[in-house]
Amino acid sequence: MIRYLLRRAGTAVVTLFLASIAVFLGVRALPGDPATVLAGESPTPEAVAAIRQQFGLDQPLPVQYLHYVTQALEGNLGSSTQDKAPVTHILAERLPVTLELTVLAMVVGIAVGMLAGIVAAVRRGTALDYAANAFGLFGLSIPHFWLGLLGIVVFSVHWHVLPASGFVGFADDPAGNLERMVMPVLVLGTGLAAVIMRQTRSSLLGQLSADYVRTARSKGMSGLGQLGHALRNSLTTVTTVVGLQLAGLISGAVITEQIFVIPGFGKLIVDGVSSRNYPVIQGAVLVTVTGYVLVNLLVDVAYAYLDPRLRTAGAPE
Amino acid sequence: MNNAALENGPSAAADPGAAAPEPVPQWRRTLRRLLRRRMAVAGAVLVLLFLLLALVGPLVTGSQTRLGLTHLLAGPSGAHPLGTDDLGRDVLARITGGARVSLLAGVVSTALALVVGVPLGLAAGYYRGWADSVLMRLTDLVLSFPYLVFAVGMAAILGPSLRNVIIALAVAEVPSVVRIVRGETLVLRSQDFVEAAVADGARDAAVMWREILPNMTNTLIVKATVAIPAGILGEAALSFLGLGVQPPQASWGVMLTSAQQFLSQDPLLAVFPGVAIALTTLGFNLLGDGLRDVLDPRELL
Repeated sequence: MIRYLLRRAGTAVVTLFLASIAVFLGVRALPGDPATVLAGESPTPEAVAAIRQQFGLDQPLPVQYLHYVTQALEGNLGSSTQDKAPVTHILAERLPVTLELTVLAMVVGIAVGMLAGIVAAVRRGTALDYAANAFGLFGLSIPHFWLGLLGIVVFSVHWHVLPASGFVGFADDPAGNLERMVMPVLVLGTGLAAVIMRQTRSSLLGQLSADYVRTARSKGMSGLGQLGHALRNSLTTVTTVVGLQLAGLISGAVITEQIFVIPGFGKLIVDGVSSRNYPVIQGAVLVTVTGYVLVNLLVDVAYAYLDPRLRTAGAPE
Repeated sequence: MNNAALENGPSAAADPGAAAPEPVPQWRRTLRRLLRRRMAVAGAVLVLLFLLLALVGPLVTGSQTRLGLTHLLAGPSGAHPLGTDDLGRDVLARITGGARVSLLAGVVSTALALVVGVPLGLAAGYYRGWADSVLMRLTDLVLSFPYLVFAVGMAAILGPSLRNVIIALAVAEVPSVVRIVRGETLVLRSQDFVEAAVADGARDAAVMWREILPNMTNTLIVKATVAIPAGILGEAALSFLGLGVQPPQASWGVMLTSAQQFLSQDPLLAVFPGVAIALTTLGFNLLGDGLRDVLDPRELL
């Protein structure tokens, strides 16, 4: 178990190292020259050269990379080309927004998905099962952003029950914050709920027909007790799926924030791309990838904990 | 499953039990079982419908970019069955044009990912060694970016166009293809029929191509039915964000972007492209579910 976790943590570090290089090179491969952008309107060649020197852009790439990484590890990610604000400040401001959106969507998605999956598996072949399956298929097929637009049409334009867009901090106005989060969270949670429902259903069906559940039944265990047994073994599958779906959740947040004009990471990245705000894109993507890799590491640890076979032996690749 | 091996391997001649009278080909049995599933058939019909729309639709519906300043945001009518958009362009014509873009993006990006990913995965799983390790770390790298964040970055670097969207989506898809193929290769590599071919002196490439690859076609077919709708959704998302197909060319994502500004005046404008995206992906998902049940590959992602 310890060896497995160490090896797993090792690959995570290697991945993060490679990702930091990829992000660094990727941002430099973006069309346009940051020095020209920084120099403002109609810059003189001297001004551009001065900025190039000031930001070390005239150094060879490996030197620039080393400088960037050492600075980043000290908590300095440069400053925005738009308002000169430190990137770390901007990120610290935006991070809670995206975290609130994704965590709430995850909670809703897991709760709805698992409940629907359990009901569908236990009541297999009934109308409830068909309804859950239909929900699963549509949830997989309908794009987030369209669901968001439909939500705005129905709940904001037509019924006027929910605001169409915008964001207020939870600390400033808890009710207003939650009111504005309802639609984005449901939009983002639907896809996750669909995937989790399908996985829970199929894995639970497999477990319910397994020998150990049949034995429990023949010994007179109640239906609920059998379900508890089977559910515990289905949890490993569901945990893996949640880990895999995290990427989808972040992807969905990028789009959802754009539709509902929520000032989170996704909007920051997309706006950064269109305004060529290189330090901001670089910082935001780097933090996103780091968070994603770390959460996946945690999922693997949880997985090892839930599956006793992995606790003792070395884990498979 | 091991038909290919039995035909090629030396053991085929020594197996008199296999001499059955003219067996029904595998694909026809699979097709027959697939046709018995109503949902899979419904999915296939949806997919074929949109293929038809993409192929012949634009010939029938006329121009997708012709402006009609006398009938902006018009509702459905005889002349414009789905109405017109904010520039008076026929929505039906733009939906059919968008079908072409969507299917092209989904199918071509998937095909590219398979063409690149399958040989890499085969070689990695067959030879193992340091090249395999390097390749795995590279797939880890790409997979450490959420799909859309990666695609947004690629599209931003390459510049917005349909061709670049397809390249970005293909690159984002390659790692998962490599992993699946590598995993299957690792398992098949130690099977008797593969070792027999190796012992028979077959070249490595021949072993991979004739013995190993045919045994994972089922997995690859199922993978394709997952990757194509993902590509369709990816194109729509990138175009929606302004990083994909550029106006005035029609794409379902582009249509939704412009519809977003007219949600209160003309909500129908946001309905049709979304229905088109949802039905196409639903078709592929239904077909994929059916194929998965019928083909039953061991490993799914």
